Amino acid sequence: MTEIVIETRGLTKYFGDYCAVNNLDLSIRRGAIYGFLGPNGCGKSTTMRLLTGLLTPCAGEVRVLGNELPQQAEALRRKIGYMTQKFSLYDNLSVMENLQFVAQIYGLTKRQSPQRIAQLLALYHLEDKQKVRAGALSGGQKQRLALAAATLHEPPLLLLDEPTSAVDPENRREFWERLFDLSDAGTTILVSTHYMDEAERCHGLAILELGQKRADASPQQLMRQLKASVFLLQGDNLRQLGKQLAPMSEVISTAQIGNTLRVLLAPALAEPQQWLQRQLPGTSLQRVEPNLEDVFVATTGVGYAKSAQN
Amino acid sequence: MPSLRRINAIMFKELRQLARDRITFAMIVMIPLIQLVLFGYAINTDVRQVPSAVVDLAGTAQSRQLIYDLEASQVVQFSHRFDSVVQAEQAMTSGVVAAVLVLPADFQRRLALRQQGVLLQPVAQWITDGSDPLLSGAVSVLSQLPLTLQGIDSSNNPAAVMQVVRYFNPEQRTAVNIVPGLIAVILTMTMVLFTSAAVVREREQGNMEFLITTPMQPLELMLGKIVPYIAVGCIQTGIILGLGHLLFAVPLPLHWLSLLVVTLLFILASLTLGLIISTRATTQLQAMQVTVFILLPSILLSGFMFPYAAMPLAAQWLAEVLPATHFVRMIRAVVLRDAQWWTLSYDVVYLAGFTLVGLVIATLRFKKRLD
Repeated sequence: MTEIVIETRGLTKYFGDYCAVNNLDLSIRRGAIYGFLGPNGCGKSTTMRLLTGLLTPCAGEVRVLGNELPQQAEALRRKIGYMTQKFSLYDNLSVMENLQFVAQIYGLTKRQSPQRIAQLLALYHLEDKQKVRAGALSGGQKQRLALAAATLHEPPLLLLDEPTSAVDPENRREFWERLFDLSDAGTTILVSTHYMDEAERCHGLAILELGQKRADASPQQLMRQLKASVFLLQGDNLRQLGKQLAPMSEVISTAQIGNTLRVLLAPALAEPQQWLQRQLPGTSLQRVEPNLEDVFVATTGVGYAKSAQN
Repeated sequence: MPSLRRINAIMFKELRQLARDRITFAMIVMIPLIQLVLFGYAINTDVRQVPSAVVDLAGTAQSRQLIYDLEASQVVQFSHRFDSVVQAEQAMTSGVVAAVLVLPADFQRRLALRQQGVLLQPVAQWITDGSDPLLSGAVSVLSQLPLTLQGIDSSNNPAAVMQVVRYFNPEQRTAVNIVPGLIAVILTMTMVLFTSAAVVREREQGNMEFLITTPMQPLELMLGKIVPYIAVGCIQTGIILGLGHLLFAVPLPLHWLSLLVVTLLFILASLTLGLIISTRATTQLQAMQVTVFILLPSILLSGFMFPYAAMPLAAQWLAEVLPATHFVRMIRAVVLRDAQWWTLSYDVVYLAGFTLVGLVIATLRFKKRLD
């Protein structure tokens, strides 16, 4: 289970003067669900496209399933399944016609094709929709159809670019169950997302910002390793308290969550609880364990700048 | 090695999508049908009933006889009469009339002197709107009619020095020339547009990003895309020739195999052109703009509307590049002159070469990458 299927060294991609991916090192083992977490424009999709051979890197080395890219991109295409951010099957073809088309493109034989399609229709709960045109499916059904198409040829590597961006929570949950099934069967899955709950499900996670990798470990490790301290404040005038704390250099971020104010303090503070108590005398506060959102906030944007400063 | 299975997959997908796109499907039939009826009836180089005026300063029986005789020719229709040339000129400037016949006050005396051989100058004058050479030319023919004191004497027409025998279209009906050429115009428009849009649409709708991550090869995509439209082109050719025969009595070709060969060659050349456009255009609007850019010279320079021989050399060179020029030449030869395809070797070789080179260019230009 330690076989590395994706390995990049110094992967860099420029679009004109704009650096979309900057010196990215990745090492992803077989069977893992590995996530890219980051805001829009952070380089998630560009990285995915570099790893499929759709884009040519400006610098660095890429090796996917033993294929050097971009030279061996064509050989790689038979071994990967790719689900684009936008639904990329044909709206005016039925579910069955779309799957039959993909099966022919991937060279499944006339004997293999009906069996595999029937299997996928059952697995993704699309049996009663096989004659429905893809354009008439709901967001969740479209996403299941896209996953069925991407896995039709049973690829060892699956790349999913924001697969659940237009899907309700129930369908998302169901979708992730299927991903874990695939992962259990040995499929390596690379998934980009900007949802924290999804990112938390991954075995490994890279937080990206401005094309750079800010953090890379399992979500649990990232939360454990976060040096910033997190406090929950309760009391009146939470908005006012938040505005008062936010400009301070010791405060990485403040965020109101219902009746509490979540405050992230810089790791440099020796006694963070006392410091906070001094700033807000009489306010009830409680130290809590960091969550993935705290990690994300501390490693990106203003939080990153303040963490680095401290 | 291209996979037949993948080509089939793309081809059948394309056919299914085409059958479900009702507007495009209707256009396949309606474009040739409507254009054939419009062009077949509307385009006529045989100029008739030119709105004209007469300034009869003579007012004699002979001058009136001449006016009746000229009107009987059906080339002109005297809709206005004026007392002075100035008034007639104003009517021409405002576009009310396109020709004016001026009969001078001494028309009868001039006519008599001319008949005696004493006077060599003309006896009357035609003023025509020369801004339209075709119309003006038709009226000019009237100046050559044999005129006597008794009016126009067509029986007194002196024997021609050379005899003209008109092959293939003895009645000189414009539709006979227009209808086969119309196939070139319609196929240029539909074939180029359909293929270019079919590929660009995949890119616009996001299907291409998925397709290029599959093992599908550019040549397989190109072939799968063009094969369904070959059938479409053949249907359109059938509609134009069939209806052209029914409505305008345009002859049907004697050699059907030759018709098939030249039509297929042109369809393939046009489809390839569409594919080349699709590798450059990023939106369907751009594909349409480039198609129009090619369509206009195909109509104006191919010989469909204006004789190729009348064009300056540079324009002829440009016309030679266009597949439509070669097809107009071949289709007229096959349909109107019963030519066999192998007698048209220059045009056959050009279109075959155009297709092969075009397919190579389109395949090389099509990249399975996004940068």
